[in-house]
Amino acid sequence: MFEGLDAVVLARAQFAFTMSFHIVFPAFSIGLASFLAVLEALWLWTGREVFINLFNYWLKIFAVAFGMGVVSGIVMSYQFGTNWSAFSDKTGPVIGPLMAYEVLTAFFLEAGFLGVMLFGLERVGHKLHFFATLMVAIGTLISAFWILSANSWMQTPAGYAVNAEGQFVPAEWLKAIINPSFPYRLVHMVLAAYLTTALVVGAVGAFHLQRDQHLPGPRVMFSMAMWMATLVAPIQILAGDQHGLNTLEHQPVKVMAMEGHYKSHPDGAPLLLFGLPDQAAGRVKYVIEVPKLSSLILKHSLDAPLAGLDTVPRENWPPVPIIFWSFRIMVGMGLLMMGLGLLSLWARWQGTLHRSRLLHIFAMAMGPAGFIAVLAGWITTETGRQPFTVYGLLRTAESASPLAPPAVASSLIAFVIVYFAVFSTGVIYILRMMATPPHHGEQGPRGDTPARAAGITPAAGVAVRGSV
Amino acid sequence: MTGFIDIATVWAFIIAFAVFVYVVMDGFDLGLGILFPLFPNKTDRDVIMNSVAPVWDGNETWLVLGGGGMMAAFPLAYAVLMPALYTPMVAMLIGLIFRGVAFEFRWRTTQSKRNRWDVAFAGGSLLATLAQGIALGAILQGVHVEGRQYAGGWWDWLTPFSILTGLALAVGYALLGATWLVLKTEGELRDKAYRLSWFLLFAMLGAIGAVSVATPFLHVQYTQRWFSWPNIILTAPVPIAVAAVTAMLLRSLANKQDHQPFFLSLALFALSYAGLGISMYPYIVPQSITIWQAASPPNSQIFMLFGVAVLVPLILGYTAWAYWVFRGKVRPESGYH
Repeated sequence: MFEGLDAVVLARAQFAFTMSFHIVFPAFSIGLASFLAVLEALWLWTGREVFINLFNYWLKIFAVAFGMGVVSGIVMSYQFGTNWSAFSDKTGPVIGPLMAYEVLTAFFLEAGFLGVMLFGLERVGHKLHFFATLMVAIGTLISAFWILSANSWMQTPAGYAVNAEGQFVPAEWLKAIINPSFPYRLVHMVLAAYLTTALVVGAVGAFHLQRDQHLPGPRVMFSMAMWMATLVAPIQILAGDQHGLNTLEHQPVKVMAMEGHYKSHPDGAPLLLFGLPDQAAGRVKYVIEVPKLSSLILKHSLDAPLAGLDTVPRENWPPVPIIFWSFRIMVGMGLLMMGLGLLSLWARWQGTLHRSRLLHIFAMAMGPAGFIAVLAGWITTETGRQPFTVYGLLRTAESASPLAPPAVASSLIAFVIVYFAVFSTGVIYILRMMATPPHHGEQGPRGDTPARAAGITPAAGVAVRGSV
Repeated sequence: MTGFIDIATVWAFIIAFAVFVYVVMDGFDLGLGILFPLFPNKTDRDVIMNSVAPVWDGNETWLVLGGGGMMAAFPLAYAVLMPALYTPMVAMLIGLIFRGVAFEFRWRTTQSKRNRWDVAFAGGSLLATLAQGIALGAILQGVHVEGRQYAGGWWDWLTPFSILTGLALAVGYALLGATWLVLKTEGELRDKAYRLSWFLLFAMLGAIGAVSVATPFLHVQYTQRWFSWPNIILTAPVPIAVAAVTAMLLRSLANKQDHQPFFLSLALFALSYAGLGISMYPYIVPQSITIWQAASPPNSQIFMLFGVAVLVPLILGYTAWAYWVFRGKVRPESGYH
């Protein structure tokens, strides 16, 4: 099965596979942690029972998703060494400290307060518990800060020097941390996480409103989620546009791939809506295009010249077909999210937010849209960095570990089997929990019989201590 | 240049500290997984799981600090050791996945199928522990380095010595798990934990003895380090302290002083760990790469040192608080049966 594949290709497949699984969980838990903090704050502020019910309902789901994020994340942190040892040796002095700071400022904060957040409400009191929730939420955001800084440094390296051993070493830390693409990537990713969570919450709310539009929990969460979509989706499109312009400045080849511009356009480049990029032939077949629109978007001028891949040595081309399509999928999802936000605003104005069947079906269909957009976006930016790990400086082929292909192939197979077995089960558990609406007297992660998810309703108010 | 040497040594101690805190904190909860098959009763299992559920994630974070910190402070060592330990590392990660998700999954499945995640918890814990112990043995026996890269095969780690260290670590973690149960439970569960502690203590002493006898045969440097004059003045207290701690541990088990056995077992671990440090220093990849050769530039190490100096005390503080919140004996939950 793996004959003829070299260790680098296998290592790339392994990274792509484990990363794609992993990113889904933090994308969800960053947004969900903030949502939980808001719910608990609203509960403490208003005293309304619906908020604590929603808090406990989503907390159980958070516990499962967060656990999967943790274990799939540990794999990522060791994979740099196992599969990409040359990369680790060369870039460790710069991006190693960024990741160490992620552990020190974020992972410990999340992990240290997670136990209290999950099981400690009755032990520490409301205010201290809220503090724990807040720490977990802040921890997820700090984590995003550092890991996106490290990732952005690979895209737009800055503040570094190269020593005698060929290692990248820090010259100016501030420039390395706040490297040119980092602020844009951070904003774009955090907004994406918030949207992803909002769409999941909205879909679950819509699902339950379909059956009973008077349920208090689903009404509140659906309304909150739709506000998020209405307000944040347009901001995200704007942020994405700015990120794109930043990419054009620092990684123009990536933008050529996204746009499908194999050829240079000296007097106004067209926007390719669809087409089939043919990497070998160096052109896009069956093109549907809008003349000069690409130049207008990227250069704010109809006739501005745009260079194409024909100006780039072929050995430095990223794989255009993947990037071309993943970019269009991401943008398409973003436009649909904005559409959902606008439709919900219309329904809200009409007073049909909680009973519009069309809106609810649309919202349910959009439940996974955030995940799809996040994955497509990451595929665009990471594949667009190829064939380099540190853009323009360190080639992917020179980054891998000196391993025999069978070693990498075996571990790849093992991860594929384990990930599908474990994480698909976890997703099923989460979907099962989502299938039951939040109810009166909703309990936290341990104040609930395990069989509840299977549909057996426990006697409300059974005095169950948390995980004592 | 002396400043550079100092900071690398400081970082060697920081990484050693992170790994030791990991062993202290995750050791007992991996040990609980290893002991899980011996507690078939569902109520007992719920109690065992709940005794660590609030803290396991924090415990494993020290492993990430150990790995991430090593990449940052000693990138060359990280780059050489990880491919050398490829198979044990992958096995450890897979073991940690199974046991990590079991903490939540076992409550989310239906009753009849719950055992599946109990098996995952036990199997994953054992696999991760064996892999860590094997990795330790493989590091001690040394790896084949050429230039700045690992140059051996992907099964080089597998030797009788590494199998021995793997088993030794499993015994040690199981002892930590059993004494943790002595600390955190009561009634029949605690009594059973006491009986297991006796057995595991003797097994652990046997394991320490076997590894201590085998290590000097790996490299002549280890023998010189431990037995040559005047080193022996500095190294002799280690076995003497082991004997003293063992005596105290035996007495606390005999007198059923619930609070003591766990902490005395940790002391036994600390001494074994100090012994490892004595054997390895100043190498980070034994007999090939010293901490100074592997160190990242001072600019990197100093930048992180600020973070460590401020944040690690803070982390230890709020981690202690989390343990304090969930202090005391764990009782079976009333609502489950």
